[in-house]
Amino acid sequence: MKNRKKLFDKLYNVVAVICCLLLIGVLLYTVARLPHYGEENPRTVEVVERYVERGVEETGAVNIVAGMILDYRAFDTLGESHVLFTALICVLILLGKDEKNMRKEFDSYYTVEYENYHKLAGDSILRLVGYLLLPCLFLFGIYILLNGQLSPGGGFSGGAIMGAALIIFAAGFGFETVDKVFTEKLLKTVTFIALTFYSFAKGYVFFTGANGLENHVPKGIPGMILSGGLILPLDIAVGFVVACTMFGFYSLFRRGSIGHDHTFMDQQ
Amino acid sequence: MITHLWINNEEAVAIILFGIGFTMLLFQKNLLKKLIGMNIMDTGVFLFLASMGYIEGRKAPIITDGVMEAAAYINPVPAGLVLTGIVVSVSVTAIMLSLSVRLYKRYHTLNIDEMYERSRHAAEDR
Repeated sequence: MKNRKKLFDKLYNVVAVICCLLLIGVLLYTVARLPHYGEENPRTVEVVERYVERGVEETGAVNIVAGMILDYRAFDTLGESHVLFTALICVLILLGKDEKNMRKEFDSYYTVEYENYHKLAGDSILRLVGYLLLPCLFLFGIYILLNGQLSPGGGFSGGAIMGAALIIFAAGFGFETVDKVFTEKLLKTVTFIALTFYSFAKGYVFFTGANGLENHVPKGIPGMILSGGLILPLDIAVGFVVACTMFGFYSLFRRGSIGHDHTFMDQQ
Repeated sequence: MITHLWINNEEAVAIILFGIGFTMLLFQKNLLKKLIGMNIMDTGVFLFLASMGYIEGRKAPIITDGVMEAAAYINPVPAGLVLTGIVVSVSVTAIMLSLSVRLYKRYHTLNIDEMYERSRHAAEDR
């Protein structure tokens, strides 16, 4: 039995080395036959020309990438937000504390335990940095969120910055402070409203567009903040989903619940 | 072939990163190290996509000063694809980390061979 295990290990190593080298070799061989770096690939021009030359007219967004991901390919982005939401639900199922799931014996698997839950408020350096940094971080996140159609940025990056700001808030001032504003119910409501709004708004535009009907979304003047039709509201929806998901991950990994865990904490 | 690889050096580096990640997935016994390997693979893919979209001497695809020719801007399509990739990578990493926590809770180890042994012992005991 031991010998067979050893033989298997040796065989595994040999086969794995061969597999890795083969994979890298084949891919490098392919890379050597790709078009040169920094030159235009003539086969991909057709789509790009359409996006760049008619993008402003058709989507109203100066930023072509934003126009692409939130107008031409908006269902792709809807799928991405749903992937994030599904991941949050999976982590909630796996790590959320309840009577049957992660019980009290497993409290040590989180970094925040019952005993120090109310004491935990971060150290003074983190607090000072939080006081200085948090307003700037939130403002910067909102700026990036609202300027998605004009400059680099948009829902995902702005939402990630706002999620990071929430995480710093929780780390510096303790979960108790965050719980006063940011509860599990708020997270669920915001995510639900954002995803529903996205689905219906974009579904409406796609339905009317496919059937040659007029849709009632004003495009605005390209270059102004209220331009790009639905891009700005969709960016805000995506940003909220991303921020909620980021903070949800952090909170679930640290203490096993998103908001304050009434049913479980108050029994202690 | 080597000179061509040198010209395409960014793509080549991306492929090597991908290979390093794949090798880590196969050889590391620790679940967390496997996860790190997976993330290195993702990074390789992002670098590959970003470098495929780059065209020498052109600007980022944001219309400025009313220049509307496609020949003035780089390819915007890979940027959208990288976005999808990053979102999926974040989600997969979170789910795998939480699964690792659950596995550690059950078997008190992160070594995947040890985990297999313990699961077999547990089955024999039953």
